[in-house]
Amino acid sequence: MGSLRLPDTVMDTPRPLRQPAAVPPPVSAARRRFINSIAAAAGGGCLLALGAGLYSRSASALPAQALRPPGALPEADFLAACVRCGLCVRDCPYDTLKLSDLGDPVPTGTPYFRARQIPCEMCEDIPCVKACPTGALDRQLTDINQARMGLAALVDHESCLNFLGLRCDVCYRVCPVIDKAITLEPQHNPRSDRHAMLLPTVHSDACTGCGKCEKSCVLPEAAIKVFPRQLAQGALPAHYRKGWEEKARHGGSLIGEQVEMPVRGFDGSTAGRAPTELPTAPSAPVAPEAAPAMPPKATLPVRPAPRGGLDSHWKP
Amino acid sequence: MAATASTSSRSLWQRQRWLILRRCSQALILLAFLSGPWFGVWIAKGNLSSSLTLGVLPLTDPLLVLQTLATGHLPYSSALIGAAIVLAFYLLIGGRVFCSWVCPVNVVTDAAAWTRRRLGIKTGRVPDANTRLWLLAGLLLAAALTGSLAWEWLNPVSLLHRGLIFGMGGGLMVIAGIFIYDVFVASRGWCGHLCPMGAFYGLLGRKALLRVAAPARKACDDCMDCFTVCPEPQVIRPALKAVGQTHPLILAADCTTCGRCIDVCDKQVFKMTHRFDQRSE
Ligand code: SF4
Ligand code: SF4
Ligand code: SF4
Ligand code: SF4
Repeated sequence: MGSLRLPDTVMDTPRPLRQPAAVPPPVSAARRRFINSIAAAAGGGCLLALGAGLYSRSASALPAQALRPPGALPEADFLAACVRCGLCVRDCPYDTLKLSDLGDPVPTGTPYFRARQIPCEMCEDIPCVKACPTGALDRQLTDINQARMGLAALVDHESCLNFLGLRCDVCYRVCPVIDKAITLEPQHNPRSDRHAMLLPTVHSDACTGCGKCEKSCVLPEAAIKVFPRQLAQGALPAHYRKGWEEKARHGGSLIGEQVEMPVRGFDGSTAGRAPTELPTAPSAPVAPEAAPAMPPKATLPVRPAPRGGLDSHWKP
Repeated sequence: MAATASTSSRSLWQRQRWLILRRCSQALILLAFLSGPWFGVWIAKGNLSSSLTLGVLPLTDPLLVLQTLATGHLPYSSALIGAAIVLAFYLLIGGRVFCSWVCPVNVVTDAAAWTRRRLGIKTGRVPDANTRLWLLAGLLLAAALTGSLAWEWLNPVSLLHRGLIFGMGGGLMVIAGIFIYDVFVASRGWCGHLCPMGAFYGLLGRKALLRVAAPARKACDDCMDCFTVCPEPQVIRPALKAVGQTHPLILAADCTTCGRCIDVCDKQVFKMTHRFDQRSE
């Protein structure tokens, strides 16, 4: 093996010139030198490699705006599997994917995309996944709608035009999974008090993270952005159950019929208003004490009924 | 050391043949990857880490696959087949043929060695040549311990090749660092002492066929041109001076089969041959 050579300290001059007639160094000294240099090489080599390893660990969190191609394994597994060949990049027809360079915040050489630059067009045949030789992009992904590259979040409620009461809707309209991944949820507009706001709302169970919404947001800086999932998503404690979901799943309440308690203070049209504001019929005050007298099965109006005019007096 | 063969009676082609062939090989490999993005003619896609040639031939760096396995990930068969093909090629033909005929860093370190000779720099601190083997062990260990391809964060070989094909910025710093290190700090420091990829291919090529030999060693007039120019000068002596062996073959795994010694020798002592060719004149 080449490794059995004695250490060469001078490479330009052939060794024979340095060891003429004179007394050869005592065996023990040569031996010590040899062992020393081996130790240095071993230490240096392992340190360098492990340093690289630790560095890669510390920097292996994806930055907020870098998204992995469809089908990418979870980040830690991805960094084990991806050999940074760029075959996925080459087969992406939209030039969506890029390979990161040393110094980029994305691990060196791995593929990623930024939604605001070029989003994923969600090719039906998913050529990027087919091209990957290592399985860093999982070929079990055959339906691009099941891809989970990230998750969109409407981050800026102060700038989104729909939150301002306009009907921009662009992010909603461009969504390839429209009405499932993103919907427009009507809300009362308290500013005009007579209009609705249609709020773009993302649903994590259908959003693929393709980034088309972020790309097409009309604002100079997108109000809706796509993040790696673990950044964009919260998580409930594992033991939490949503009563209404459990109920739907079991076709009825799990704890039997409950006694419905009377509801106080929300009856009639006085909801949410101070007694002094009451517009009419002060002769019929709804005193708090009066409420318990209500029949227990009274149906509650979901919202205060509009009172014969445009002004609903709804206040947030 | 005499300026390389400046007073030679041989033609330029005779004096630079293997160098020119190697540079052509390195350039053609690069061009195969670049013809796609440049001219829309796709020959090879990907890079040296893993590639697909003409849509059928998968090639994968076996050392990378080894690291992937060390992390605990089993790659798809296309990567495994690709690695097997590459492995078979270098086992058969010559391990460090990769270094002198394929690797793009070789151009940089050859240039550094040339610069060093030109500047007449003799000093420096050279690390032990075994460091590369330790680095090789270390990077496999790092892959196993961190569960990621840690070495790929700064592996200059893939950094440069990928950078040339896909564009690069930060990677240039590493390459510049290697050049400066080789010129001013350690003669042949990177490729001859540190590069774990070179070490890996060296291990592969221990029984490989393609060899340089010194059949006309009787004609050697001790001008030292070959020692000066060889990236691994310690491999020459056994063959040229019959030290510890009788045949004229350079069998040391460190030899990169670059053929530079054949080029520079005015006495035409060396030639390219196979490992069973024991003849000497
Ligand atoms: S699905 Fe299509 S557009 Fe999206 S990254 Fe893959 S190849 Fe590119
Ligand atoms: S094709 Fe696969 S291994 Fe190659 S860069 Fe893309 S994800 Fe990584
Ligand atoms: S495109 Fe932008 S501004 Fe328009 S609704 Fe969507 S997030 Fe709001
Ligand atoms: S030793 Fe390493 S960098 Fe040098 S030529 Fe070989 S593989 Fe390339």
